[in-house]
Amino acid sequence: MKPNESALQVRGLTKRFDRPAVDALDLTVRIGEFYALLGPNGAGKTTTLRMVAGLLRPDAGSIAILGVDALRDPVAAKQVMAWVSDEPMIYDKLTPLEYLEFVAGLWGIDPAVSQPSAQGLLASLGLEPHLHERCEGFSKGMRQKVALAGALVHDPRLIILDEPLTGLDALSARHVKGLLQERVHSGCTVIMTTHILEVAERMADRIGVIASGRLVAEGTLGELRRRNGRDDTSLEEMFIALVDAETVAA
Amino acid sequence: MSSAAALSWFARHEIRLAWREWLALMTGSRRRRNRAMIGLIAFAALMHLPAYAVIGRFADLKTPLDQSSLIILSATIFLAWALMLSQAIESVTRVFYARADLDLIMSSPVRLTNIFSIRIAAIAMSVTAMALLLSTPFVDVLVIAGGARWLAAFGVVVAVGLSATAVAIAVTIALFRLIGPVRTRLVAQILAAVIGAGFVIALQVAAILSYGTLSRFAVLTSDTAAAFAPGPDSMVWWPARAALGDTEVLLLLLAGGLVLLGAVMAMFSPRFADTAVSVSSSVTTAGRISRRRTFRMGSRQQALRWKEFVLLRRDPWLVSQSLMQLLYLVPPALLLWRSFSDSSTAIVLVAPVIVMAAGQLAGGLAWLTISGEDAPDLVETAPMPRAQARPAKIEVVLIAIGIVFAPLVMALALVSLIQAAITALGVVVATVSATATQLWFRVQASRSQFRRRQTSSRLATFAEAFSSIGWAATAALALAIPLAALVSGAITAAILAATWKISPRRD
Repeated sequence: MKPNESALQVRGLTKRFDRPAVDALDLTVRIGEFYALLGPNGAGKTTTLRMVAGLLRPDAGSIAILGVDALRDPVAAKQVMAWVSDEPMIYDKLTPLEYLEFVAGLWGIDPAVSQPSAQGLLASLGLEPHLHERCEGFSKGMRQKVALAGALVHDPRLIILDEPLTGLDALSARHVKGLLQERVHSGCTVIMTTHILEVAERMADRIGVIASGRLVAEGTLGELRRRNGRDDTSLEEMFIALVDAETVAA
Repeated sequence: MSSAAALSWFARHEIRLAWREWLALMTGSRRRRNRAMIGLIAFAALMHLPAYAVIGRFADLKTPLDQSSLIILSATIFLAWALMLSQAIESVTRVFYARADLDLIMSSPVRLTNIFSIRIAAIAMSVTAMALLLSTPFVDVLVIAGGARWLAAFGVVVAVGLSATAVAIAVTIALFRLIGPVRTRLVAQILAAVIGAGFVIALQVAAILSYGTLSRFAVLTSDTAAAFAPGPDSMVWWPARAALGDTEVLLLLLAGGLVLLGAVMAMFSPRFADTAVSVSSSVTTAGRISRRRTFRMGSRQQALRWKEFVLLRRDPWLVSQSLMQLLYLVPPALLLWRSFSDSSTAIVLVAPVIVMAAGQLAGGLAWLTISGEDAPDLVETAPMPRAQARPAKIEVVLIAIGIVFAPLVMALALVSLIQAAITALGVVVATVSATATQLWFRVQASRSQFRRRQTSSRLATFAEAFSSIGWAATAALALAIPLAALVSGAITAAILAATWKISPRRD
């Protein structure tokens, strides 16, 4: 891999259902970046990320993950990537530790490496007392934390999260945010969609705003403010202005 | 709104929910509803033919009946009651564990006793309606061939439905009190699964042990049964007499059913709220502990297989379903055991029973492993080609079937090598056919939808059933008339080929 390669490079990505969901989207996320993808409901955020994660086949376009063509060699692309959806999908009849063992097995990680890593991850997310309890009685927040630990146990270099903070209490949300920032500091790339604009404002290195399947604005918070012409504008105000303008244009 | 108006409004709400649930169960998606309804009506009309074959000869029965006819008719009605009881237990359990509206109802400013009385009545109605629907072709045949007096049989079905619901509620609430809400769910599911089948199997077991035959009628028509039967005026014969048109007895039965249900409502409705609360609080308690020290070393496929086996083992619903499949195997296993000392020709019947059970069990397991994936995104985003993931799941089905059926086939080999070989071949073919059908019609679903897996594709359900029956018949014919087995096998293969042709056949 070349040193200046991007973590994710999407070109002309297109997906249609009844109407265009993603419309010739171009998007680049740099290695080691925390990238927040924002947009109103139905803008195409989740569809975009599901195509990147290999869960949906695009109608057109290309996806490169850390230099690997994800459409041509999906297995190699998946090896370095993790996906966490807004609805935590875990197995009720497995314990958190068993779930992480299964995920590590799917990614082919040596148990000597994955077991201490799994225990450490679960402990850092406050799940240590529940390591051997089946997940069937867990709250949504606990399930989300198990899913997140599963995504991190194979040490991915690109983590894609779709609304990971939905349903989490303040303490759990802080745990999750802390863990993600730690990963970014150690060189991992994080792409996250969220409706909590304050999270994007505080955590993201760069922010992309998507509407009607197209990227309508992108940059650091400062760049977005400058583009808006006022330095004291909140992300919320800018977001509403951008989405309104796009709706009028459409 | 007055109290009475509120009750009738809630009753209408319950009936509407029950109707829509039933419609969805019968017809699947909304888009295909009209076509499915036409199909259902056609199916119901067609059902009159097998109904005539089974019950047509009894149309001329008149009171006073001879004792063996009375025993057979009463046993049939008792079987219907057992089946309704099984369905009612399942419905009552669902009211506590699966109804999403309990929080809303219990937080509303209404008298919970009244609300739960209506819910009990709704269960009785839906159980009885389903029984009426299923019994209609049989009663129609009796009415057409034997006269209008047989219309009274519909009344017997209603009385049986009312009493079965009443007993189901009493049993479920008693289980709650005795073993607590967590265990009740599992025990009630197992009870519901085995009650109906249990009666038939018990008769078969008795027949095998006493007469060396699989026919349950052997017990019912035996001198022993006649000797133990009560006198002609006993209440035991009331359902049979009512079905034959004795209006007075029918009215007594209906009144008895209503009184029983009313008593259960009065006794248990006030406790329903407590029971519902204890269920919802039990759900939030800590899950069961499964402790293991070290992670396993292995390939990606091994990880998938391990996960599937653990989930199958820890699934109470599946355990109860498998238990029922295994219960069906008890009669042939007994017949097999008897045949060591007795060269009964009835042993030929063992092969189709085993093949049929293997096909049915494989269909359920294949649905769970292929369609019932609770974390589809995780498996799909794993660095593993689909070409490796799917075979790993299919292997789980084949291994599970092997574990269940290999001992039976080996026991069969001690009696007859050729029969064991044909049975083994039948088990493999029926398993592969059922698994392939599930693969062709796979639809992503949650494992908790297992009970309703049939709704995702009626075609797949029928194809799976026909292929199991077809291969079972082929195995039986291979032992008796080998040439006919070729024809039967070809027809079954043609059904499977047609199923594949019209299936979505993704990738």
